[in-house]
Amino acid sequence: MAKQPDIELVSLTKRYGETLAVDSIGLLIPAGSYCCLLGPSGCGKTTTLRMIAGHEEASEGDIILGAENITGLPPAARGTAMMFQSYALFPHLDCTDNVAFSLKMRGVDKDTRRARAVEMLKRVHMDAYGGRLPAQLSGGQQQRVALARALITDPQVLLLDEPLSALDPFLRVKMREELKSLQTRLGICFIHVTHSQDEAMALADLVVVMNGGRIEQAAPPREVFNRPASAFVARFIGGHNVLPAAVARAGAGAGPFVAIRADRVSVQAGTSAAAGATSLQGVARSVEYLGSTVQVGIDVIGLDTLSATLSEARFDASPVRPGEPVLLSWNPEDVHVLGR
Amino acid sequence: MNRVKSWVTYLQVAPLALVFLLFLIVPIATIVVVSFFDYNTTQIIPAFLLQNYEELLLSPVTWRTYQQTIQFALITWALTLLIGFTVAYFVAFHVRSPTMQTVLFLLCTIPFWTSNVIRMISWIPFLGRHGLANTTLMNLGLIKEPLEFLLYSDFSVVLAYVHLYTLFMVVPIFNSMMRIDRSLLEAARDAGASGWQTLVNVILPLCKPGIAIGSIFVVTIVMGDFVTVRMMSGGLSASVGLMMANAMSLLQYPAAAANAVILLLLVLFIVAAMMRLVDIRKEL
Repeated sequence: MAKQPDIELVSLTKRYGETLAVDSIGLLIPAGSYCCLLGPSGCGKTTTLRMIAGHEEASEGDIILGAENITGLPPAARGTAMMFQSYALFPHLDCTDNVAFSLKMRGVDKDTRRARAVEMLKRVHMDAYGGRLPAQLSGGQQQRVALARALITDPQVLLLDEPLSALDPFLRVKMREELKSLQTRLGICFIHVTHSQDEAMALADLVVVMNGGRIEQAAPPREVFNRPASAFVARFIGGHNVLPAAVARAGAGAGPFVAIRADRVSVQAGTSAAAGATSLQGVARSVEYLGSTVQVGIDVIGLDTLSATLSEARFDASPVRPGEPVLLSWNPEDVHVLGR
Repeated sequence: MNRVKSWVTYLQVAPLALVFLLFLIVPIATIVVVSFFDYNTTQIIPAFLLQNYEELLLSPVTWRTYQQTIQFALITWALTLLIGFTVAYFVAFHVRSPTMQTVLFLLCTIPFWTSNVIRMISWIPFLGRHGLANTTLMNLGLIKEPLEFLLYSDFSVVLAYVHLYTLFMVVPIFNSMMRIDRSLLEAARDAGASGWQTLVNVILPLCKPGIAIGSIFVVTIVMGDFVTVRMMSGGLSASVGLMMANAMSLLQYPAAAANAVILLLLVLFIVAAMMRLVDIRKEL
């Protein structure tokens, strides 16, 4: 296999009139990695993806693929391929013709292009459906055809715009696995836009958390979860309690907030005079049984609702009920000081 | 759940069935019946004769007139399709703001604020021997003699048809175009299609139902028209409709009815052929 190229975004900016959709972001996506652009809607992640694809013109900055600056190139000349959110399969063409479409545009003759399309459909296990129209396929099947269509040009980078959002939860997990294994097999770079932190955690080698047109943090998923760079990241990826640094009595000189993972917090029923540097007095607000874990929501005066994720056994050892006073406590080494 | 009694179902479809019966079946049946009647210069005589059809089908005038009418229909269809598709494409894909789209769309309907006849007549001072077109061309020194073919010719008939009926093509095609998911166009671009390739491979096939509906409008209207031909050709061209109008002015109703039956069959055949080519039910 040829050496795959890295992708680099250099102070990439997109303006719509006065509004700044993407604010001078810089990012290096190593060759062959699975990168997830994660963020709430309107954070600029889709715009970034569309600029990489060439469907949106960059206002400023550059997009470098390998040694080439692709900022001004048309979509098909970039070595990228895009899979659209609604799959955008051509409703009047059967699956084979859909997959063969880009070959047809290049003037490949009918037999050759259909043969290659069937081969590509085989790869996504859709060869039995080659003669069907997109409307006759389920969501998951349509997605596979869309994947085959995007991959037939042998792109160096595959761009996926919320590829799993149209599927039901069960299928979503299944297709997620398939995407990951396909990426591993092909060895090309996937850039995947999503607003689901689960999806990003499960898939990505590199998670890029975006907010307000800027990158909050770009790191491997474990690092994002264990060392969130900012209060926004800690809140957005979930599973964290974000506290003002003063409450947690963190060391001076750090940022204004700290994060403590919800599964590192212990909860005890009752009140205690011992509430100190590593504990807080509160009232249980909700108790949700989630199977292997129990989620306890706790109101603490002056703070947002905190949460504790306890294993079933730990919860059973000291059960609490909504409305009861509880004592939250944690170990000092689990306090993560947030930069911003 | 109880099954609805069958008479209730009949009752429910009765009003529409009655409307169809009174306003569609009865008049057509009358025409068919009358087409077999006998007639003289003063009256219609109930009978069952094939004479009307014989006279019609054996006359070379009929065949020439049908040929002329079909020719008008074909030329008009081709021109309205070309212009209609272009206009619809421009409004649907080049005009970005929905407000502007609505404004332009309303602009297209302005000619419909006055009657067909007025719109036709308004061509006359423009196209006439000493009309605006001829005077302008002569003043510019492009021609020495006035162009005779501009008015009272097949040219002016087709011009009027195109002017009158292009909107019938624009509306259904525009409707088809607005239903095309814009991400399909991006997907085509992503696959390396040029603007032209996208038009031919994506937009055109997806507009087929709209084109079929527009074609049915235009072809059926032109096939049955007589006013436009009479006004714009100055009596020099004929059409099937005009032939029937002439027969009726001579009180030869059965002859006109026979002609109407033949025309109806021909138009039904054309429409059926179009429906075979394109499934328009998707659009309804």
